[in-house]
Amino acid sequence: MTGPPRPTLAVWKFASCDGCQLTLLNCEDELADIAASVQVANFPEASREVIAGPYDLSLVEGSITTPADAERIRAVRDASRFLVTIGACASAGGIQALRNFREADEYLPVVYARPDYIDTLRTSTPIADHVGVDFELRGCPIDRHQLLDVISAFLHGRKPSVPGYSVCLECKRAGITCVMVAHGTPCLGPVTQAGCRALCPSCARGCYGCFGPMETPNTAALSARWRELGVSRPDVGRAFRTFNANSGPFREEAEANDAP
Amino acid sequence: MEPATLQRVIDRAGLDQLLAAIARRGFRLIGPAVRDGVIVYDDISSSADLPAGWTDEQDGGHYRLRRRDDDALFGYAVGPQSWKRYLFPPTSVVWRSARDKDAGQDPGGAADGDANGAPDGAAGAGAPMAFIGVRSCELRAIAIQDRVFLGGQHTDPVYAGRREGVFLVAVNCGQAAATCFCVSMDAGPKAESGFDLALTELLDGERHEFLVEIGTGRGADVMSEVAGRPAGRTETQAADRVTEQTAASMGRHLDTGGIKDLLYGNFENPRWDDVAGRCLTCGNCTMVCPTCFCFSITDVTDLAGTEAEQQRSWDSCFTMDHSYIHGGSVRASSRSRYRQWMTHKLATWIDQFGTSGCVGCGRCITWCPVGIDITEEAAAIRASDGATGEEGHGDA
Ligand code: SF4
Ligand code: SF4
Ligand code: SF4
Ligand code: SF4
Repeated sequence: MTGPPRPTLAVWKFASCDGCQLTLLNCEDELADIAASVQVANFPEASREVIAGPYDLSLVEGSITTPADAERIRAVRDASRFLVTIGACASAGGIQALRNFREADEYLPVVYARPDYIDTLRTSTPIADHVGVDFELRGCPIDRHQLLDVISAFLHGRKPSVPGYSVCLECKRAGITCVMVAHGTPCLGPVTQAGCRALCPSCARGCYGCFGPMETPNTAALSARWRELGVSRPDVGRAFRTFNANSGPFREEAEANDAP
Repeated sequence: MEPATLQRVIDRAGLDQLLAAIARRGFRLIGPAVRDGVIVYDDISSSADLPAGWTDEQDGGHYRLRRRDDDALFGYAVGPQSWKRYLFPPTSVVWRSARDKDAGQDPGGAADGDANGAPDGAAGAGAPMAFIGVRSCELRAIAIQDRVFLGGQHTDPVYAGRREGVFLVAVNCGQAAATCFCVSMDAGPKAESGFDLALTELLDGERHEFLVEIGTGRGADVMSEVAGRPAGRTETQAADRVTEQTAASMGRHLDTGGIKDLLYGNFENPRWDDVAGRCLTCGNCTMVCPTCFCFSITDVTDLAGTEAEQQRSWDSCFTMDHSYIHGGSVRASSRSRYRQWMTHKLATWIDQFGTSGCVGCGRCITWCPVGIDITEEAAAIRASDGATGEEGHGDA
């Protein structure tokens, strides 16, 4: 490869399922273009070859759940010019943030044969709680088009096109039937940030809130509507307590529905 | 007007001849069809694709298809989509540019030739379209968007390319939904002008016919290939009764008397706080509204940096970006955003374009997930005219 040096890319994993990294590998049509525009310097999931840092762009997957990871993320930040978190775990704490609402010590003996081997924090927290983050890409998993846009925006020095409005706008632009109005199916779309291209409503299902709270979520008004549709308070609370359980507005709405 | 020459009566076979005659002239036929439990506008090829025997049940935040006890082809009100989707597409390309290999680092531009600068104009639209089953409120909405996109100094090439030559077959509504209020907005239920042909469906026991009103020369040209008979008094009276019954069964009402001054005088009415408590700021109302025209522009670049394009997509005054001005959003509160939407539709639109921005189609009521009702909100403002909150909010 000749020409000017390409920016280096590193991909890091913390507590997560690998789904977001796989989204990058799933960009089959664009992988050649990605490889031509950035030098993949550190991406163990894709290549064993590791080039020493610092790195121009770091993509960070996963949340911080152990003391060791809380240290490691600082080293990653120090080695990165630009740090972008990818996915609900890195950006909000992920499904594993359910532990934040209980005593993790209660569970350890139930799950592990030798709980004394486990060295874990009591919480699962997003990367931004530990180090500065340049951009948070939401989703469980992230959307490949948005990922490509963020990488492209980084390469060309423009703002990523990642809007903060609701899933409903994507539904209506795509001409998808509103499952809540036309089928009576509870949907989190009105309080959830767009990005998935309204995947679930396009399959006649309600939105699960994978992309976290939209810019100005009125969760209380949506909960009231869900209850009119026949959803019990505990079930409303559970709906808000999934991949983005630790995101402020979703956490608060879940708590509001816990109250007897 | 000579009813014998301008109005004819056809049956369902005649309707199919009518559709075929339009298609033979090179038009793409778009009309109502059932999809995923709603009636949408989609490509059709004959009357067999129309929602025969279906009707809709609508209310705030509620839509269900129901069976009729007859085979009416147009026995329902408007669905979630409007013709806006075809004239002002949800997403389109404004311009595109490709880096000229010889030009080195030159960022290029619309003047660079070939691949550069081509918008989604007439070329993006394909064959001219024929809209089948356009309701009176929708004809009015199209006229309003014509003014927005084609009036004034600058015409919009995307809209103009699609709008040019559209063949309009109107349908006079045979029933109103519980969310309809076109009568209040003086926009229906009978199509008065702006169509090539207008149908009134006549259902009476065994009889299933259509009274066809001819609005233009090309409408007459199409009708010359359709078997039918001149309309007599019985049929024109039957059609008048259909319109009268529909007008008498409007589900909603909006008092437009002095509405502009009413809304201009109530920026601080506490009702805006009340609706803000219920509003999700989801933007559905603006998406489904057949007159809302706002869009946002997005820059798209490829990874290699050789191609760039600007896309535009439907936007809404309920998004924060809509009022983003260097450093922040002017309308940060839900209260100011709902107020913007309703005040634009019913008041500022009049100053801007000389008509109301609302045609009373009721879509914003039905498709609001929490059933917020523009007629109810307007009535509440009227009932509390001049009220102000404890203290001013100070937001725009
Ligand atoms: S299906 Fe859900 S996301 Fe789509 S418009 Fe309806 S409420 Fe919004
Ligand atoms: S404001 Fe509502 S009722 Fe009026 S034209 Fe728009 S969608 Fe229809
Ligand atoms: S009501 Fe809102 S979205 Fe509709 S045209 Fe006005 S500003 Fe635009
Ligand atoms: S009025 Fe209804 S549809 Fe419009 S933004 Fe508010 S909740 Fe959404």
